[in-house]
Amino acid sequence: MTRQLMEGSCALAEAAIQAGCRFYAGYPITPSTEILEYMAGRLPQVGGTCMNAESEIEAIGMVWGAAGCGVRAMTASTGQGVSLMQESFAELANAQIPVVAVNMCRGQGDYFQATRGGGHGDYRFIVLAPASAQEAVDLAQLAFYLAEKWRNPVMIMGDFLLSHTSEIVEFRAPAFPELPAKSWAITGANGRRGITLSPLGPAEKLTTDIATTLAHATDKHTAIKAEEVRVDTGHLDDAELVVVAFGFPGRFVKYAVQLARARGLKVGYVRPITLWPFPTAAVAAAAERTRAVAVFELNGGQMVEDVQLAVLGRVPVHSIGGISHDHSGFGVGPLLDVDYILTRIAGVYPGKGVA
Amino acid sequence: MNATVTIDTETCKGCVLCIPICPPKVLTMSTAVNGKGYRYPLLHDGCTGCELCAKVCPDFCFEVYREGRVA
Amino acid sequence: MSKPVTSDEWQVTSKKAEVAADSDVPTHHSSLVTHHSLHRVVEKPDLLLTTEHSLCPGCGEPVALRIILELLQDLGLRERTICVAGIGCYTAFPMIMDVDVMQALHGRAPSVATGVKRVRPDAFVFTMQGDGDMISEGLQEVIHSAARGEKFTAIVFNNAVFGETGGHMTAATVLGQHTKTSVGGRDRERHGYPIKISELVAQLDGTAYVARAAVHTPSAIKLTKQYLHDAFRAQLDGKGFSLVEILTMCPTDWFVPPDQGPAFLERQLVPTYPLGVIKAA
Repeated sequence: MTRQLMEGSCALAEAAIQAGCRFYAGYPITPSTEILEYMAGRLPQVGGTCMNAESEIEAIGMVWGAAGCGVRAMTASTGQGVSLMQESFAELANAQIPVVAVNMCRGQGDYFQATRGGGHGDYRFIVLAPASAQEAVDLAQLAFYLAEKWRNPVMIMGDFLLSHTSEIVEFRAPAFPELPAKSWAITGANGRRGITLSPLGPAEKLTTDIATTLAHATDKHTAIKAEEVRVDTGHLDDAELVVVAFGFPGRFVKYAVQLARARGLKVGYVRPITLWPFPTAAVAAAAERTRAVAVFELNGGQMVEDVQLAVLGRVPVHSIGGISHDHSGFGVGPLLDVDYILTRIAGVYPGKGVA
Repeated sequence: MNATVTIDTETCKGCVLCIPICPPKVLTMSTAVNGKGYRYPLLHDGCTGCELCAKVCPDFCFEVYREGRVA
Repeated sequence: MSKPVTSDEWQVTSKKAEVAADSDVPTHHSSLVTHHSLHRVVEKPDLLLTTEHSLCPGCGEPVALRIILELLQDLGLRERTICVAGIGCYTAFPMIMDVDVMQALHGRAPSVATGVKRVRPDAFVFTMQGDGDMISEGLQEVIHSAARGEKFTAIVFNNAVFGETGGHMTAATVLGQHTKTSVGGRDRERHGYPIKISELVAQLDGTAYVARAAVHTPSAIKLTKQYLHDAFRAQLDGKGFSLVEILTMCPTDWFVPPDQGPAFLERQLVPTYPLGVIKAA
């Protein structure tokens, strides 16, 4: 399979299958439903199983079971469905079960849910935010690798545009380093003592130690933050204003930055690809060399807090996005518009009385 | 003697379920207590090896012995 | 069934106990085998890693666990077994069972077991849940798994109470049963009616075998082993979903002394939850 025109959701699902995903369980909910549909048709062709679960809670339960057996497993939903899955997310992270979950968001208001965790406890998902169908393909393959490398769940943040826009994509064979054998996977106690896979205690029988189990689930966060940041930046060398944005809106911002440059405004951008771990160092470095930072996100102000933490008061930070939905609530709102973004950029550009 | 049981008195939690279940009534509860503070069953002569005490005990305290062919 | 020993009778038998202390019944395995030619015919199950567990005196769940482990051993299923455990007092069991166990969340074992059995169809998969877990929190999960005919065996220890939290009403608590949230007894006006999970699940076409047993008497224990065997066979033969409901004693959260557990179960639970095979393919 080389280059082809595919709808974003389908491309992401195909990439997951090519990465070895052989179990999917989901519930239809806009704008993630196409992933479920694609999996229902395609997974049986490769000997996999797709379950249309009767609820999102059962969907993540089924994924837990499959992944706990060492099978690459995935689910997808949107914010409301992801809300339902939170208890299981928090606990499978404690059990260190690698799963991949996709949130095809309505708008961008699920940033906190994804990066802080909408569930209980100290767990974190690794969160990847593609801005194109090709990037979704590449990040889907990376997601399965990272989930197993760290035994940590991974979330891919998409949105309505990613889901429903058809773009040219190319599927490249994944070339990741080899991973260790899954000695933690539940396979039946063939030739060995039985083991337990649990969020409440260790794998070994006859011991109980939830404190150590919880510590193991979270100790790796420091290492993940050090090793797995991914970020896209541009025009930062002489930027007077840096705009931070993620996902498809990040792509709109990149285009707006080009147009601003053409008009003589020295604007740069930082587009986090990993929302967690957040590219704090990249934002801080950009803040060192600029005079103002603007955050464009389609929510009431969520990523701006991570930006403020990275900027640490060096320069002013402006929110230039906002909550924006179409009349259905599922799709693209009026603020996702290049002219609007340009107007907001001009409004906070230093030297125009606002810096 | 053609049957008997051994009793792990230290694991016993004194639930007394074995006492009434024993058909020949050869189990009685001690007055002494074990390390956990529970009374435990004492075995008198006359065990028939029927295995009922072992089956009902929630703490797996009984092992049953009989003469003749192993079950 | 014999009358439980009362504390008065303990006083009488304590005299006998002192006599028993002088009895010369040997207690050592090697002595029994070598000098008395006796064979050990019953010991702890091979798949039980220790007899030390934290469950209450007189709890019925370890009695049920014994039967399950003996059956897994008898049927040669150890290497293929994947147990999916729910959350309750029995959550203490995974670490003492020599089989692979996947610990699930409260109510969620059926969906996890679905994922397991779908990707590992050759595994022998059973859930181990309580009535609070399966019938309160997880009612939707077990019903959907049964309807889909998922080929695992669901086992529910039904003691009609939330044991682990200290004695609260579940969807299976019977009318008249006192708990800390059905104070004075479950009342149909204030608390509604219990759910009979076996009868409910038996109505679904995907269910191949449903039976209700108990562990309060030796004959009930024998029935439990028979029904579990038949449920396991239904899975091994690929017939569909199977459920065995095992009534277990919980004297602590029935607020009775341990030795009264079996009588309480017979008097209070069995009328609502009659024993027997409810559905067989």
